Amino acid sequence: MSDNQRIELRFQLNGESVQVRVHPSDRLLDLLRYDLGLPGTKEGCGEGECGACTVLMDGVPANSCLIPAYQVRGRTILTIESTELADVEPLLAAGTTQCGACTPGVVMTARWIRDHPELLERFGSRQLMAGNLCRCTGYDGIIDGLLALVGQDEEA
Amino acid sequence: MRVLMPESVSEALAFKATNPDIVPIAGGTDLLVQWPGQLERQAASYLDLSGLDELRTIRWTQDTLELGALTTYWDTLCQPRVGVEHPLLHDAARQVGAIQIQTRGTWAGNIINASPAADGVPVLMAYDATVVLASVDGERQVPLSAFYHGYKQLEARPHELIRKILVPRREHDVQFFEKVAPRQAQAITVVGVTVAHSSCGWRVVASSMAPTVCRCPHLESLLQEGTPVSCPEDLLEPLRADVSPIDDLRSSAHYREQVMSRVLYFNLGETCPAFRSTR
Repeated sequence: MSDNQRIELRFQLNGESVQVRVHPSDRLLDLLRYDLGLPGTKEGCGEGECGACTVLMDGVPANSCLIPAYQVRGRTILTIESTELADVEPLLAAGTTQCGACTPGVVMTARWIRDHPELLERFGSRQLMAGNLCRCTGYDGIIDGLLALVGQDEEA
Repeated sequence: MRVLMPESVSEALAFKATNPDIVPIAGGTDLLVQWPGQLERQAASYLDLSGLDELRTIRWTQDTLELGALTTYWDTLCQPRVGVEHPLLHDAARQVGAIQIQTRGTWAGNIINASPAADGVPVLMAYDATVVLASVDGERQVPLSAFYHGYKQLEARPHELIRKILVPRREHDVQFFEKVAPRQAQAITVVGVTVAHSSCGWRVVASSMAPTVCRCPHLESLLQEGTPVSCPEDLLEPLRADVSPIDDLRSSAHYREQVMSRVLYFNLGETCPAFRSTR
């Protein structure tokens, strides 16, 4: 096996089966942005702190900057590009987004919570959103948007 | 850089036997931090364990909780029974990074990464967990409290992989995990204190207080003997015999000692008679 190793793999991306060849050092974030033409997923810190690169991997949020691309073989990935208007209308109305850098990650985590409302029985909304840093909104807009998205009136 | 992707544990062990320097990778939450900027420093080859579903198991035997090596923090959070029987596993899991890290990071990876500031290791150690190491030669068990010989120096041999973690099922009348850090999520522990008491005695485990997460035998004997403690300062002498905190970018040795003594004093004051006499 040489240093020019390429790994051929297939995975589900936003509802479609895709086949790609990746290098061992490629991150999922790079694969999405540069090889698959999906630049909606943002790179913030590149070290798993800010959550701007959040995608859903097999249904749960994960930082795509910390996932080797070869690990998505056979898995299911949803990125911000799979978002529909109905997913974000309550967020837009609540002032969830300002500069937009954190927004793709915020939306992906918020969609996960909306699809699993039972999470809010065990975890606080701010705890669930704690992996998505935002330097503009002061977070209240994000929490307001999340609560509107899940149809709750008050913060748990 | 190259990667080997075994399709079974036995194949993984065979790869590890012939490539002892290969670095096992599971969730990648430690190994991929600043990955592109550090490619020069990265290992030449990785052993990708992520496809080995046979390691992604949580099961209970009569006296043991078994966590397969690929069990993530989130996997344990999704099992209410873990939280009922071993609540500190849930307490620690909820404080590792945030959701995006909890869904990827594994308990076994936390052990192998060997950070003195680990959050998964101290609660496992306080519960007297045992690490099951596997190799082509078979399996052996090592108590987690004997797993570290020094900073990032592990008991595991180059051809071994963690197969699972065994956590005894015991009744505890005192147990807490206190993580002191700048914020409640996405923070690295400045001082960590884990205490558990069962019929097997007291366990006091310190994190970010020494080159490794470690048991504190002097503090444990003090609790075992019921030595009267009237203020946090009374704990400093045994504490200093057990740990060796340093000044670093996150805190000072002085602050760490003070905080650890106070966390112990005020948490134990509610349950430990020796701490109650003068309060």
